[in-house]
Amino acid sequence: MISFSKGNTPKIVKPQEKNIENPDWIKCPSCRSIQYAKQLEENLSVCPKCNFYFKLSASKRIEILLDENTFEETDTDLSSFDILKFSDTKPYTQRLEEGIQKTNHLEAIITGLGNIENTRVAIGVMDFDFVGGSMGIVVGEKIVRLADKARLNHTPLILVSSSGGARMQEGIFSLMQMARTSAAIGKFQEQGGLYISILTNPTTGGVSASFAFLGDIIIAEPSSVIGFAGARIIEQTTKQKLPAGFQTAEFLLDHGQLDKIVERKNMRKLLTRLLQFYSKGKTKA
Amino acid sequence: MKNYLPFEKPVSELEKKIEELEQESVSKQIDLSSSLEGLKQELSEEIKLIYSHLTSWETVLIARHPERPKLIDYIRYLIPDYVYFCGDRHYMDDNAIFSAIGTFQGKPIMVIGHNKGKDTKENILNNFGMANPEGYRKAIRLMRLAEKFNCPVVLMVDTQGAYPGIAAEEHGQSEAIAYNLREMFRIQVPILVIVTGEGGSGGALGIGIGDKILMLEYAIYSVISPESCSNILYRDTSRASQFAEKLHITSKDLMQFGLIDGILPEPLGGAHRDHKTMLETVKKEIQYFLDEQTPLNKKTRLDRRMEKFLKMASYETSLNLYQSSS
Repeated sequence: MISFSKGNTPKIVKPQEKNIENPDWIKCPSCRSIQYAKQLEENLSVCPKCNFYFKLSASKRIEILLDENTFEETDTDLSSFDILKFSDTKPYTQRLEEGIQKTNHLEAIITGLGNIENTRVAIGVMDFDFVGGSMGIVVGEKIVRLADKARLNHTPLILVSSSGGARMQEGIFSLMQMARTSAAIGKFQEQGGLYISILTNPTTGGVSASFAFLGDIIIAEPSSVIGFAGARIIEQTTKQKLPAGFQTAEFLLDHGQLDKIVERKNMRKLLTRLLQFYSKGKTKA
Repeated sequence: MKNYLPFEKPVSELEKKIEELEQESVSKQIDLSSSLEGLKQELSEEIKLIYSHLTSWETVLIARHPERPKLIDYIRYLIPDYVYFCGDRHYMDDNAIFSAIGTFQGKPIMVIGHNKGKDTKENILNNFGMANPEGYRKAIRLMRLAEKFNCPVVLMVDTQGAYPGIAAEEHGQSEAIAYNLREMFRIQVPILVIVTGEGGSGGALGIGIGDKILMLEYAIYSVISPESCSNILYRDTSRASQFAEKLHITSKDLMQFGLIDGILPEPLGGAHRDHKTMLETVKKEIQYFLDEQTPLNKKTRLDRRMEKFLKMASYETSLNLYQSSS
């Protein structure tokens, strides 16, 4: 699990800070400029002034990555239950309820099949607004089932991560999802399946230390926070000052842990090319 | 000076009394054996009583007891002719994970585990058993070596967690753990996992996939330490004991959840009071595991390992568990 704080890492920003007087205007938490909501959306929720990346909802992400009207969502009926009857600052059931309200989805990941420039893919997209995008039993299950679907349908697999890590409210059950998702992805890859992992802000803890870093290709959005342990924990443990840009996508690229950093607006184009290379390579001459 | 846990106070008092009486008996040359007998009886009753009512937090303290048998104790006992290996072949040798091959009942086995030290000096050298990516990479390398020797692997888990350090992040802690999680499903020799002390989150699971998963009676296994859980939610660790309860981290909890295959009973008063008995229990269990595995061919073994993990904590299994408990 992970928690975020100041330090040298980029700010984690709350869901779009809407201007209270006028919901049509949104203040950029990075450069503080005021943006017209509609324009911001057209710019894929990237601040036109300072290039700050607002979080993207899972549905919006699907919309910008896939061909129109090709997405068939799967496992829509799976919803979480409070297996440990867990309660902290609020009951877990309340957190789930709030997640549903905020995202209009039953869980922190949407999975299904769809096309990217006519290539069929199995795709899963996480939504940070659902209990911090954390992985519990249902998130794990949906990824396992999606990897199986990709294996049986011989389609490439794409997972877009946005998660604080394992969902501690489900205790040891959430830890075991790290093993389950890794197992299912291994099974898929063993049979030649291509898995592209896309890391967005943030991808940390039990998610980064399982399926997110098992991609055959790993791509990140600019300035995303990516890491295993939380910056605050590292600072407290090591009593050292964290280096500039620590745990950002750029930092990871420098350290050889990513293939590429790609801007949101270019992601679909890149995926299209990769998928075409992949399918051309597979077709018998 | 013995280490007593806070709830062991009555035990420490009784043991002190016994010691005094024994000294008195020697110095004054008088026979106090009958009162000594009585006190020893009382002591054993007291320990039994305390250990039959442990809270989860008390179990955490036992799991972390500094005098608990450590990896090296197990290795010396199980495979006295051992040869150990170093390094991940990329960057460094991580002392937090130790690995050795040796003869167990006439055949080689490979033991790999978190290497908590026996004293402060060793603990600093071994980073308190908190591994860097290099430790996980060494571990998987040596599991592959075990394949070459066609010898079973025993993974001994005892860590607070993977090390939260700057270099650890720079060198890909996430990738190292994720890679192991996937690759351990492909290691062709039998793997027995024993959580001997602390099963701390991803750092534990990173050497925690196998054909059979066991926990010592007072070991713990958790997605997050009770302290960190309290720290994240309340910005301080004062609620750790509460969260120890809520997170369900004891061997009994995991057994009930169907996430482990067995609990190894500890000697009266915990493994730290009687190493020999504990080591012997573990030895017998390894023998039992090897006998179980012998008739299996590789494919069956790997299929079962995969099936086991895909089924445990699955949606269906967990939902059934949830419905039957409420």
